[in-house]
Amino acid sequence: MVLYLKEFKVKWGMVIDLDRCTGCGACMVACQAENNLAPPVDASNKRYSMTWMLVYQLSNKQPYPNHDVAYMPRPCLQCGKPNCVPVCPVIATDKNQEGGIVSMVNARCIGCRYCQAACPYHARYFNWHDPVWPEGMEKTLTQDVSTRPRGVVEKCLYCHHRFMYARDKARIEGRDPNALAEDDYIPACVEMCPTNAITFGDLANPEHKVHKLSKSPYAFRLLERLNTDPQLYYYSQREWVRRQGDNFLEHETVGGV
Amino acid sequence: MEEKKGGSSAGGVFLPFLLGFVAALAFGWWGVPHLLYSKKTQPLLFTHQNHIELYGMQCEDCHFFRRDGSFSGLPDNAKCAECHSFPLGDHPEEIRFVEEFYEKGVEVPWLVYQYQPDNVFFSHAAHQEFDCTTAGCHPDVGSSNEMPPLFQNRITGYSRDTMKMKTCERCHAEVAAKEPERFFGAPNACQICHK
Repeated sequence: MVLYLKEFKVKWGMVIDLDRCTGCGACMVACQAENNLAPPVDASNKRYSMTWMLVYQLSNKQPYPNHDVAYMPRPCLQCGKPNCVPVCPVIATDKNQEGGIVSMVNARCIGCRYCQAACPYHARYFNWHDPVWPEGMEKTLTQDVSTRPRGVVEKCLYCHHRFMYARDKARIEGRDPNALAEDDYIPACVEMCPTNAITFGDLANPEHKVHKLSKSPYAFRLLERLNTDPQLYYYSQREWVRRQGDNFLEHETVGGV
Repeated sequence: MEEKKGGSSAGGVFLPFLLGFVAALAFGWWGVPHLLYSKKTQPLLFTHQNHIELYGMQCEDCHFFRRDGSFSGLPDNAKCAECHSFPLGDHPEEIRFVEEFYEKGVEVPWLVYQYQPDNVFFSHAAHQEFDCTTAGCHPDVGSSNEMPPLFQNRITGYSRDTMKMKTCERCHAEVAAKEPERFFGAPNACQICHK
């Protein structure tokens, strides 16, 4: 047992159905609007632009009649054993709150980018520029999400402020804020997905849909053999898609039916 | 003889040192706080005590929770104008509210003693069980008709009474020690308070 690891009773997690995802990118837009990402200086420059939620294209690389593509949205995977946390020299990022969301306090970050190098999923982004919003657009900022200055790292937090809102609402209604129902807390990308490809809930609660979906033989996790234990599952009934979830050798088989 | 001379000259050095030390202490303990904080008064007289005792109002009439769990904070002009859309009496401050603020559509720039920095997410709903004033969060404005002055730090711009992180952390740790299941053993996880 590593010291920084904690066990959680609640594990907020996603199951993303790659067979339903059309690659429309609504989740990316929803995320950027919700989490105060400024319009990029040059969005075509992928090295310097920031997208907490990023949709990748997967291809089976077969010639025309058999050609098939899939789209894979990738937020932060909120690993159970995050690589980014132990490398942080100032504890700006940690996994210690109930719910298992890997926290990120941007005001504390010194911009050393160790966490960015440590993350095998490229889920962390560095602010190369100070954020600039066109005049009037600052009124659309989400109040309870910090804006980040140049020189700090940021990442997806599963819309943590919505988690806090949901807990407050539960308190006012006299419910237990530590036992939220499935629909109480939903991140922006999940809410916006037009094909309902993303399911969100408590992976540790058998009453939540994600619990059942994550146990499916079609469910897999990204680079699972790195043993990072992500709280994000992908789901596909296509064998070639599941095969791209990790670096399988030719003779190895992947899970499924 | 020479030793005595040496002793008296040492006393001559000691006295200015003592005076300087006392002066430096006085400057540090008394002078710096006066230099550091500017004193501000509320833009309008508001009589909490009269509203509660004479007119039977409750704190929650103006400072209420919304149904989504958020806290309304300070009432806006519309809330005040539910009673004071025209002067009910002849108090000059009330007339000033109506003429200078309500009728011109200008919100009263009330001073807040406790504004937290931008990277703090504070939930009033989570702290309902504690008393606003005796828990050490807010000055006790309800039991008097006077509003205390606000001491603003000239360098940071924060109020002197803004709660410091160590105070938040101490209370979280104490509550968690009594009821460990509430915080699941991590009462000071970063993102419980930070955003």
